[in-house]
Amino acid sequence: MKRHKGLSRLYTGAIMVFLYLPILVLIVFSFNRNKSRGAWTGFTFDWYLKLFHNDAILSAFGNTLIVAVVSSVFATLIGTAAAIGIYSMNKWMGRAVRTLTYIPIMSPEIIMGVSLMMLFVLMRTKMGVPIQMGLLTLILSHITFNIPFVIFNVLPKLRQMDKNTYDAALDLGCNPFQAFYKVVIPEIMPGIMAGFLMAVTYSLDDFVISYFTSGPTSQTLPIAIWGQLRRRVSPEMNALSTIIFVVVLLALLLGNLSSIQKERRERKAVRI
Amino acid sequence: MSKAKYAALPYLVWMVVFTIIPMLLILVFAFTTPDGGFTIKNISDVGKYTDVIMKSIWLAAIATAVCLLLGYPLAYILSRQSARSQQIGLMLIMLPMWMSFLLRTFAWMTLLEKTGVINRVLGMIGLGPFELINTSGAVVLGMVYNYLPFMILPLHSIMVKIDHSVIEAAQDLGAGSMKVFSKVVLPLSMPGISSGITMVFVPAVSTFIISKMLGGGSNLMIGDLIDMQFLGNAYNPHLGSAISLVLMVIVLLCMSVMNQFDDSEEMEGMLI
Amino acid sequence: MNDVLIDIKNAVVEFDGERVLNGLNLQIHDKEFVTFLGPSGCGKTTTLRIIGGFIEPLEGDIFFDGKRINALPPYKRAVNTVFQRYALFPHLNVYENIAFGLRLKKLPDREIASRVGEMLEMVNLRGFEKRGVGQLSGGQQQRVAIARALVNYPRVLLLDEPLGALDLKLRKEMQGELKRIQQAMEITFIYVTHDQEEALTMSDRVVVMKDGEIQQIGTPQDIYNEPVNAFVADFIGESNIIDGIMIHDFLVEFCGVRFECVDKGFGEMQRVDVVVRPEDVKVVSPEEGQLSGVVESILFKGVHYEITVGAHGFRWIIHSTLPQEVGSFVGLRVIPEDIQIMHKMEE
Repeated sequence: MKRHKGLSRLYTGAIMVFLYLPILVLIVFSFNRNKSRGAWTGFTFDWYLKLFHNDAILSAFGNTLIVAVVSSVFATLIGTAAAIGIYSMNKWMGRAVRTLTYIPIMSPEIIMGVSLMMLFVLMRTKMGVPIQMGLLTLILSHITFNIPFVIFNVLPKLRQMDKNTYDAALDLGCNPFQAFYKVVIPEIMPGIMAGFLMAVTYSLDDFVISYFTSGPTSQTLPIAIWGQLRRRVSPEMNALSTIIFVVVLLALLLGNLSSIQKERRERKAVRI
Repeated sequence: MSKAKYAALPYLVWMVVFTIIPMLLILVFAFTTPDGGFTIKNISDVGKYTDVIMKSIWLAAIATAVCLLLGYPLAYILSRQSARSQQIGLMLIMLPMWMSFLLRTFAWMTLLEKTGVINRVLGMIGLGPFELINTSGAVVLGMVYNYLPFMILPLHSIMVKIDHSVIEAAQDLGAGSMKVFSKVVLPLSMPGISSGITMVFVPAVSTFIISKMLGGGSNLMIGDLIDMQFLGNAYNPHLGSAISLVLMVIVLLCMSVMNQFDDSEEMEGMLI
Repeated sequence: MNDVLIDIKNAVVEFDGERVLNGLNLQIHDKEFVTFLGPSGCGKTTTLRIIGGFIEPLEGDIFFDGKRINALPPYKRAVNTVFQRYALFPHLNVYENIAFGLRLKKLPDREIASRVGEMLEMVNLRGFEKRGVGQLSGGQQQRVAIARALVNYPRVLLLDEPLGALDLKLRKEMQGELKRIQQAMEITFIYVTHDQEEALTMSDRVVVMKDGEIQQIGTPQDIYNEPVNAFVADFIGESNIIDGIMIHDFLVEFCGVRFECVDKGFGEMQRVDVVVRPEDVKVVSPEEGQLSGVVESILFKGVHYEITVGAHGFRWIIHSTLPQEVGSFVGLRVIPEDIQIMHKMEE
């Protein structure tokens, strides 16, 4: 049994090295004076300073935030309503709609990307809709792939809910609308928040669909990164990776800490 | 609550406009000429790229197999840890996913280049330099690195559901550790394996970034073909649609084979 | 006691084309404790939900205090419900759960506080106001659910298997509690259960249901002593149910032996079901017995022994305070008053 444990640790460690070594290399080289990536020639902060003066990256960062927040808000509204609708459907219809909802999740991103691109192009050229590739098309596309994540976060919360709580609210004098916002919505709130956060994350990170649906003036961060990577070796990207990694790490640690504290509080409360 | 099903209406309209119609556009474009006549020439033209398509499937299949071989033991080890260690382990596995996959792939460029870190290190002990980047192997490595978490997460979520007493029961009934694995753990984890395979194979077979960054010009994949037809020099959305259609068929085939082991209710949990 | 509060006329309910209530007629009086009793799927919860307003009957009418309320939504009815597994609002604490209905009525805070306080007193939960409902035991959650419904001063309280999730001891305790609360509040309680003992202990009247139809309505004593058919007899306590033939009034034949009885009006030479309660069969010496047979098994049940005797092709269940030797030959006697004759159920 002991031997097993050692082997397990070794294996887990090896996979972790595989996962983190490349990131570690990026971080180290973000402080490397030499522009070429192979050799270490001395410590510098230059790449971080250059990054903060890189207009393409900075404006792309702003765009990314706008697209992520706007698309996630809309996706959360539409998706939550959809989840409530699906939950209230009969078995057959609910299953059909859920299957439909898998299409954007399961189909290759590149196909989502080119199909949306074709839609937008045809809307402009054939139907006379004045829609230019830009922030609007990005937001529309992001809403499309974000809605399913909201739905699949909210649906389980609805299923966990005791069906009778809605009836109980009616019984105690709520009309159906009040019953929804006083009882159902607060109960599924954790699912709605999780769906929203997941939508923001996917939206921030999306490259492929944005690649096909963005215009020349409306780059998001991943597209700007792609542009920089294609053109030349750019150590600023090392610096950017390092910043993103540290931010994500801090966010996760904070999130984790607060959840631990919440757990503690709850345990304490139960003891009382 | 029967009227609540109409809450899904905005979503359904959205789905039709931004998912169903775009997908149908691909279908229509694949079978038409630029002036709108019916043709099967686009589809037959895809035949010229048979070697690229076969190579894409082959590379994605290898990457999927490697992910399964690497990920399965890790998922199993993880699922037998305390809840706290599992939480930390999962976080460590997911953390790299939160960084743009462009940057993660970029990190491997730094490592694999002719003047990259690995060749430098090998050079110090008098080996190389080796041709590491711009090979099929590099593409597979990039896929494994990017998509390994997609294999581990569904495997883990199904394995934690395996009740430990089931394993004890098997031991009690005389099964050795090999038998416990082959007769109990493996069959019970089949749904996780199948959804892990889908979740790695689908993005791997349709990628065009990894092949561009790590494969050089010589390792074209289906995604690159589609990209060239829509945003590249070869501009021909009709041929691009035909290739997309072929990709969609490959993906659907993979999913329908894998779905035999799976039911959709389970999948919801895995995606999240 | 005699004024009819709820009057259900010929109610029909279907789910997905399947009939769950088949022309139900029922009158419920003011201030009475009525129990719907039956196996799962008998339509008892459906009947409750018609009264609560969660289901509209497909056919038939339901009157409340003389007014037709078929389509009146639940939030406009003077009826409140204690749900199965309580359906407390997990995001609200005990106080806010109970105050929920009063807040909707926009009552002033002081009145809400005094009424919630009164209810907490009633269900013995003083001091629990600030607790989250997730931190309560099953019995405490039960009390909150009752308080939350009663605080609105409904004319009728509907209880859908409210004690189902509690363990046996707590259940007994809550049965007494509920009866006390009903008497203190002086309102109608309509109670749904599949537990016959619960029904018999608490109710003024019991409605026995099966397959969407009422089998029998009566006081617990009526239902137990005079079941109208074999289903009721079997569902309410253990019974010996034997095929018999009514020879003529006051004479029935079963197990090949003729017995005097007190029933009449079945006609002559009619096939009937004969019901004899296990405690009504006396074990005597073989010579004294109307029937005789061999003791097949004996189980000690705490207060009594449960003895099975194979006699004349039927396995009799007998409750007796005296033990018998397994394998011994005994006689059985039943007095005419303890023989229940009923019409054969249509299969």
